[in-house]
Amino acid sequence: MSELGGLKAKLGLDVFKHDSEPHIRIKPGMEKDPRLKAAVLVCPAGLYAENAGGEVELTIDGCLECGTCRIACGTEVLEWNYPSGGAGVQFRFG
Amino acid sequence: MEKFDVIVVGAGLAGLAAAYTLAQEGMEVLVIEKGDYPGAKNVTGGRLYVNPVRELFPDLWEKAPLERFITKEGVSIMAGERSLNLEYYGNELNQEPYQSYSILRAKFDRWFGRQTERKGAMLVSKSRVDDLVIENDQVVGVWAGGEELRADVVIACDGALSLLAEKAGLREPGNPRDYAVGFKEVIELDPDRIEERFGLEGNEGAARLFMGEVTRGKFGGGFLYTNKDSLSLGIVVGIKDLMEGSPAIQAPILLDEFKQRPEIAGLIKDGESVEYSAHVIPEGGLKAIGKLYGNGILLAGDAAGLAMNIGVTVRGMEYALASGYYAAQAVLQAKEKEDFSANGLAEYEKLLNDSFVIKDFAAFKEAPTVLDSPRFFKHYPELLGNIMKDVYEVPAGPKDRLYPSIKKHLTFKEMWSMVGDVRKVMKI
Repeated sequence: MSELGGLKAKLGLDVFKHDSEPHIRIKPGMEKDPRLKAAVLVCPAGLYAENAGGEVELTIDGCLECGTCRIACGTEVLEWNYPSGGAGVQFRFG
Repeated sequence: MEKFDVIVVGAGLAGLAAAYTLAQEGMEVLVIEKGDYPGAKNVTGGRLYVNPVRELFPDLWEKAPLERFITKEGVSIMAGERSLNLEYYGNELNQEPYQSYSILRAKFDRWFGRQTERKGAMLVSKSRVDDLVIENDQVVGVWAGGEELRADVVIACDGALSLLAEKAGLREPGNPRDYAVGFKEVIELDPDRIEERFGLEGNEGAARLFMGEVTRGKFGGGFLYTNKDSLSLGIVVGIKDLMEGSPAIQAPILLDEFKQRPEIAGLIKDGESVEYSAHVIPEGGLKAIGKLYGNGILLAGDAAGLAMNIGVTVRGMEYALASGYYAAQAVLQAKEKEDFSANGLAEYEKLLNDSFVIKDFAAFKEAPTVLDSPRFFKHYPELLGNIMKDVYEVPAGPKDRLYPSIKKHLTFKEMWSMVGDVRKVMKI
């Protein structure tokens, strides 16, 4: 798979406000579920990655709240909500 | 406990259109927005077509902070190593009233929010709606920030995922087949350079769509819009196609590769990326639109699934504005009868059906099925590129006659498949 090196810098352009807890979670025990593998491909922020043990991991920092992972993986494997009010990404251009 | 006539969830175009219309008629409206300000969570490609909604908000357009009016429409068919461009420029695009404008949502929605407040609506930002209040099968309010807020009607304009529509039992979580994801960069560039590079004068603007290699043959395409002092450059791609791989590629890489194409690199040179954004887009068409209202609740905009990709245009914002407007009209009628049950709100469906919104969806109902073919996004771009190469190539030796150089690409089998595809496309 190609490099996502430039992505961190790209996400660094955006304004993010801290949330008290992660708004998306991989449901416990679902880390190896094949449905999660799609998230690695579809996430525009590249926040999902598969580790050497075949588990999919999610880094929530940099989430653009686009909703693609919820559509692709479904709510059986992801606990999905928006960040609390006033938290998360705040687009200045949109 | 506070009680409003209407609670609107989400200060996007649908929500603000509904609140603006209702407040104008003297209704007590509360708009709840989870972002820091209206537009903070909203993304467009983007371009807004004004004609279909001009008359619904007659006072809005004169001072609206839109970017450039689009006078040049371009399509690029991209093969791996080459591309073919088509540009449409017409006097009619350069005459008032202009039919479409590039737009940046954080700017526009924030302004639209202020106009809505000016009409008398109350707007609360930084507040997330967590649940509906349902009594006797009737939506009677929302829970937001641990507070219960009540209203006769809730208009859910909470975007493409609409968690509220699910909570109201109006629909299930979305199917990847019916959604695309769009992601883009806003690239700041001096207005003089924009005008020079795109051959524009003053506030004229250009729009370009790209299909083919830009999505590696997956359903979707690239887009470029000129704003006042920036470019919006991005990609829209079907989520199902992205998931299925073949080839497997991570979405963000598509945009990086797109930026490196020589056709694009020159246009964005010396520009500075200032934001990266992404959003899901409903693209399932008419068949994916579910129930749009229930007892005490209406859905509008992306929450109602009202966005459409017909290949040459991707539209959603006009449908959001119009559905917000018609939701407001339906509520005003329900108010007269004091009947906020699904029955009392059923006028919403009728108003939408009689408007350009559902008429467009009905007219283009075949588009999602027809366009769901790799031939359009992979095969034809390569074929056209190859034909162009042979037509334009001047070799060291004698050049082939034109007809045979084209004909060798158009075999009997190819022509036969084309006839089939043309018949399919005729359904759009």
